[in-house]
Amino acid sequence: MQLREIKDVLQCEVLTGEDDLSAEVETVVASDGMSEILAFARPGALLMVTGLTNLQSVRTADIANVRAIIYIRGKRPNEKAIELAQESNIPVLATALGMFDVCGTLHRLGLEGGM
Amino acid sequence: MAEELLRRTYDLHGRDFDKAGEVATTIKRMLNDIGIDAGIVHRVVVIAFEAEMNVVMYADKGTMTLFLTDADIGLEVADEGPGIEDLEMALTEGFSTATDKMREMGFGFGMGLPNIRKNADDFSIESDVGVGTTIRTKIRLNSSA
Repeated sequence: MQLREIKDVLQCEVLTGEDDLSAEVETVVASDGMSEILAFARPGALLMVTGLTNLQSVRTADIANVRAIIYIRGKRPNEKAIELAQESNIPVLATALGMFDVCGTLHRLGLEGGM
Repeated sequence: MAEELLRRTYDLHGRDFDKAGEVATTIKRMLNDIGIDAGIVHRVVVIAFEAEMNVVMYADKGTMTLFLTDADIGLEVADEGPGIEDLEMALTEGFSTATDKMREMGFGFGMGLPNIRKNADDFSIESDVGVGTTIRTKIRLNSSA
């Protein structure tokens, strides 16, 4: 599924990577525990859903080869984190929805768990 | 004896959360540039990132040394810090001595060392309480998972 569709359905704001919204994602990892993502994320076209907005969330995404990040519940990463995402070519979206609603919606759209 | 093709040592700084993960990212880019298999790079970099976070969270300072031979990639992380009292417990998934602040960073759920061991083909750890901890790992180039 294209990131653009996900952006529309979850009414996301695009914080960086506006030009990369045609990227395809197939599976989703959702957690605030970065070690969990590092330990269990299976390789593939991964979308990461998290409420953790620090620099390490972007580093984790980069290291786990995540294709895009969605921050939930209206949370915003700081500028340094967005800059790092830009450097790493990882689009970053933000939605006002909470974790349960985001995951439920993505599951209904046919996306599968990537852990 | 496998021929060593490359060796790099990086400094790690305790409590510097802004930089935490930089070394792992640098290693990832370098191994990708050399053309190492993506699955191998992933395992090396997960080890590097978890070990780096451990040093940043718990130790005063440390070094990470990466070496590449024609047979494997080695990662050795040595720190000066509090050391680990009970290594067996520290290697148990879910056991953690992390503070709330560390957990707010998304780490400290008792998965770091188990995760390192899981991704390594060879793994050893030595620790002296009050002195520091050294982890040695190897990932064979022809191995998977």
